[in-house]
Amino acid sequence: MASPIEQFQIKPIIPVINFTNSSLFMVGATAVIVGGLLLATRKRAMVPDRAQSVAEILHDFIASTLVDATGKEGMKFFPLVFSLFMFVLTANLLGMIPGFFTVTSHVIVTFALALLVIGTVVIYGFVKHGTHFLGLFVPSGVPVWLLPFIVVIELISFLSRPISLSLRLFANMLAGHIALKVFAGFVVSLLAAGGALTILAPLPLLMAVALMALEFLVAALQAYVFTVLTCIYLNDALHPGH
Amino acid sequence: MDPIAFKYLGAGFACIGMGLAAMGVGNIFGNFLSGALRNPSAADSQFARAFIGAALAEGLGIFCLVVALVLLFT
Repeated sequence: MASPIEQFQIKPIIPVINFTNSSLFMVGATAVIVGGLLLATRKRAMVPDRAQSVAEILHDFIASTLVDATGKEGMKFFPLVFSLFMFVLTANLLGMIPGFFTVTSHVIVTFALALLVIGTVVIYGFVKHGTHFLGLFVPSGVPVWLLPFIVVIELISFLSRPISLSLRLFANMLAGHIALKVFAGFVVSLLAAGGALTILAPLPLLMAVALMALEFLVAALQAYVFTVLTCIYLNDALHPGH
Repeated sequence: MDPIAFKYLGAGFACIGMGLAAMGVGNIFGNFLSGALRNPSAADSQFARAFIGAALAEGLGIFCLVVALVLLFT
């Protein structure tokens, strides 16, 4: 039986410039997003048709999430947040198609995205607020003798943000695809075993179908959670200090 | 005992962590449901927040899974 880990292997397509199957699906996700949104909004009708409606719903959904977390001035981060959401959502959903590679199932990809978010937060925080940005680690109303411990704890929890952000997305995608592969392998093994075991073969298949439904939900949910947490961290850059 | 055996034991212990995370996720949705039964009109507005909380709690369970996978496959 083939190992469930094999599906995550990086295979080079153009070795000279290191264009791999991962790069192919990243480019594919970008093409799907840009092509889909441009195609949907090309008429720019006042009363949107179905496709333009979808684009407008996506826009308003992310805009309202961002404004809820950061206030009106957070809209300057809208291109970043919208791009992150669309990329993560499309990469996750493209990976659901059988035979396609899941870009976000590699921790380096999700870590790069998380580093982008935290880098934006830190750099924007220092540029806009200077050293007052460090007031993020000093909550108001803390007794002075407790302050050193609180600052250390707050610092550690801030530094764990890129790790948890990247690991959450990566591990959800990895676990989902491994589980799907394992149940698919069970179907094949039961069919090949012969005799009474062949009758049981549809059972792991039903489980794989249920898992596919769950994985579609997880793909969309993890993209949304990544975006919401990005908005919350950006709010820390805009309004540091509790 | 074999050092390899300890790795498999460690992977088993990590799965206990996943069970605890599952309890946490059930906690969130149980509280959401009991609140929704008391105040159905407020349920729809908080539904998205319930999912965010559940995804955060589920994330910790998935971290345990990553520990188990790292122990099993390296």
